[in-house]
This record gives sequence, structure tokens and C-alpha cells, in this order.
Amino acid sequence: MANPIEQFKIKPIIDLQVGGIDVSFTNSAFMMVSAVVVATAFLTLSVRSRSLIPGRWQSMAELFYEFIANMLKDNVGSEGRKYFPFVFSLFIFVLFGNILGLLPIPVVGFTYTSHIIVTFAMAAVVFIGVTVIGFARHGLHFLRMFFPHGAPLATAVVLIPIEVISYLSRPLSLSVRLFANMTAGHIILKILGGFVVTLGGMYILPGILPFAFLGAVTLLEIGIALLQAYVFTILTCIYLHDAIHMH
Amino acid sequence: MAEQELPPNLDELEERLRAARARESEENGPKSAGRHSLSGLGQGMRLAVEFVVGVVVGAGIGWGLDRWFGTQPWMMVLFLVFGTASGVMNAYRAARRMDDTVGFAAAQKRADEADRDK
Repeated sequence: MANPIEQFKIKPIIDLQVGGIDVSFTNSAFMMVSAVVVATAFLTLSVRSRSLIPGRWQSMAELFYEFIANMLKDNVGSEGRKYFPFVFSLFIFVLFGNILGLLPIPVVGFTYTSHIIVTFAMAAVVFIGVTVIGFARHGLHFLRMFFPHGAPLATAVVLIPIEVISYLSRPLSLSVRLFANMTAGHIILKILGGFVVTLGGMYILPGILPFAFLGAVTLLEIGIALLQAYVFTILTCIYLHDAIHMH
Repeated sequence: MAEQELPPNLDELEERLRAARARESEENGPKSAGRHSLSGLGQGMRLAVEFVVGVVVGAGIGWGLDRWFGTQPWMMVLFLVFGTASGVMNAYRAARRMDDTVGFAAAQKRADEADRDK
């Protein structure tokens, strides 16, 4: 049976060394570039005609746009509008990474969202950005949210460290959630695929059962790819809301 | 084509859209209710992640402070306790389906307000 972990291996496509640092163009980098190219092509070509009554492609592009625009409006409010380009790019990048990662592309097929360093880098950008926005809008008053109103002052010794840890754990929980879902899903797919080959290789009939199961799990994985992109984006919106409207 | 023979009356369309949106927001509330309508597996996974991450971050901060001040192992012991507390708090907050805002008191207050509004 194929090694279910092997799919997460980063393989260089073009070897590059800059000042002793390995900056090879890898399968991960290739999939990131493809995600950006496919997303850009999809979003620009589909709205090229700019018709009042949208066609199929244009409706899809508008669906994405309105989905994120409404998410920002509901969760952040009107001040969130200027962060739309960032949030939309984040959503599209995660979504296309998840979806393209499900395609069985030979040699370079790879899911970059299944590597924690990738998801952590995105979560860290969100976290640092939100913290900077919070301090820029509220100054040192932003620190007030680490201590609840009305609690006795003596409890600050315990409450403040707990709230600070809770705040600092956000980028980690945001990145771990996406990474764990994608990694677990892809391992399950690979193992079931291995069952299909080994059982189906012996007799045709027993191979059908894991194959049917594999089909169902693939559908589930498509759902998870969409859901995790949604969760990543909506949590970004909620953090943004926190930084903009302090309570 | 049919669309070109019947040019849509934009003003009328706009009016109908506005009415439909108003109806929808009346039914669903201004904020989309149930921000996280996750499956059971997703919900369980989320709680586990929230708890573990709190402990890990607490231990990490303690380890860093120990290295900084040279007080091994006391800071790590202390912050492991704080981290566990914040992990429990995160998990509890996620389980109660409160929002993911910072500050337990604020989240509690908002959850109570939301309950009262219903």
C-alpha cells in the first residue's frame, strides 16, 4: 500500500540556492502559484463581459464576492469594507489551495494548506494585522480588554495572564484547525485508496466497497475544503470586529 | 433572446430586491444566527484544538520566560497552570457557542444579551 504520509513531502522542481539558503521552486510553491493564477483567471475572465444579467461564470464570481462582502458586513460592520481586498484574497487563497489539493495532479499535486507553516504564516499575518489595527484605533486603551470590567483588582494577577494566553493562542488555534482538517482528510483518502487497490487487485468484488466509501469521503472532503476556508475567513472577520469595536 | 425583448425595469427590480432583503433579515435576524453551524466532528475537533492550544501556548510562554530570567522551572510550572486555565476557558467558550472575542466577561455579557433578545 502506498505510504499515506508521502503525499505531504515537499519536492523541489527547480533547484535554487541563494547565498547558501535553499529557495528551490517546490511542488508547494507550484501549487500556490497555480492557485493564484487559476483564481485570477477565474475572477477576471468570468466578469469580462460585465453583463447586467450574469451568465454562469459571472454568477459564480459574484457569488464569492457577495458571500465575503456580506460576511464582512454582518461580522465587522461598515468599517470592515476597507479590509475587503485582504479578506477576499485570504478566502480565495485558502479555498483554491484546498480544492486544487484534492485534484489528483501527477508529480506536482500537493495541498499547501496541509502544512502547518503555511497556515501559521497566514494566521500570524491576520493576528499581527488585527493587533496593529487595534492599537492604532484605540491606543493603549486596547489593553483594557485583557481585564474584564467590574472584576476585583486583586484578581488581575490571575486573570490578565489567562486572557493574554487566550489572546495569543488565537493564531495557533486558527492555523492548527485548517492544517489538521486538511492533513487528516488527505490521509484518510490515501488509506482508502490503498484499500481499493489491494482489495480490488485480489478480487474485483471486495474492491467495490472501499471504492464506494472513497467516493463518499471525497464528497465529504470537498465539503470540508469549503467549510474550512469559510471558518478561516469568518474567524478573521470576528478578530477584525474585536479590534475595531472594543467592548 | 428573451432578455433583450423584455428590458428589465431596473427601478422595479431594485424595489423588489430591497423588499426581499428586508424580509430575509427580518426572518434571520440582522446577524446571521449560528455563526458556527459545524458538524459534530468539527465541533469536537474544535474544542480539542482550543484546549490543547491554550496549554501549549502557556507552556511556551513559561519556557521562554524561564530562558530569559534563568528561573527554570518555575515560570513554566506557573504558566502551564495559566495555560490550562485559558485552554479550559477557550473550550468552554467555544462549547457555549459564544463568539470568539477576547475577554470572557465581554463574551458572557454578549451571550446573555443575545439570550434576552430572543
